[in-house]
Amino acid sequence: MPVPEEVLAAARAAIGVRGQAVSHRIELGAIRRFVESIGDTSPLYTDAEYARTTRFGGIIAPPTFLCTLRSGGAALPVQFGRVTLNGGNEYEWFRPVRPGDVITAQSQLADVRAVDGRSGSMLILTSEIRYTNQDDELVAIGRSTGIRRE
Amino acid sequence: MATSFEAVEVGAELPRITKEPTTQQLVKYAGASGDFYQIHYDKDFAQRTGLPGVIIHGLLKAGWLGELVTAWAGPDAFVRKIAASYRGIDVPGQPYVLTGRVTGKRTEDGRGLVDLEVWGENRDGQQTTVGSATVELPLRR
Repeated sequence: MPVPEEVLAAARAAIGVRGQAVSHRIELGAIRRFVESIGDTSPLYTDAEYARTTRFGGIIAPPTFLCTLRSGGAALPVQFGRVTLNGGNEYEWFRPVRPGDVITAQSQLADVRAVDGRSGSMLILTSEIRYTNQDDELVAIGRSTGIRRE
Repeated sequence: MATSFEAVEVGAELPRITKEPTTQQLVKYAGASGDFYQIHYDKDFAQRTGLPGVIIHGLLKAGWLGELVTAWAGPDAFVRKIAASYRGIDVPGQPYVLTGRVTGKRTEDGRGLVDLEVWGENRDGQQTTVGSATVELPLRR
């Protein structure tokens, strides 16, 4: 079944609407649990004494840690597909994230596409999340592609 | 290991890392990341959606790419960008290999930037995760 026009129209209407901004204090323990779950053993994320000797001067969060921060994205007002698969992620970082930082995440829907392929129809949603720190500096931008599949 | 910008050669391959993901690792990642979508730990749920079973989080594979890049670049590197596109689903219980190569280097505003092509392969050698990365490496003074 192709993506119904009204579903596409409703999804498109949500493009650019910003979700609620959500702030998170970055905890050392959360960083440790995250790197353990990935299996990344770099002491830069867990050993303060070691981290002090690096250019960062202290522990930082690993690159994709920002994905742990809920961004309060508004629920999309459409239903389509049996499953949502992650089509891709992209992060651009401008500043390191450190324990004690307060990072605010705010997401918005950036693009909506419908694709009719061999394996059925898909609704493809691209979202963008902006991450800012306690000094209102832009820390990173994340982009993700969600694929709702029949 | 620390890598300096000057020492990087275009075309050089990154030392590969091999992961042996288990369902337990997926549960740990779900907890640590806050992604509790059941397709990553509930086999019945996953199969009802048409998947063969539980599948690895895309962002866990992106996290491994981050590990790949930082393990190569060293603790003085700042990762500026990682882009990952998931071309196939991956399941626990099979090895997953991450690797990449240097595609270019440039200086921008006095910073040394290295561009990389990075990817993840399943046990059949299929690149189910493909992407790119940019790291900032310290310049010699």
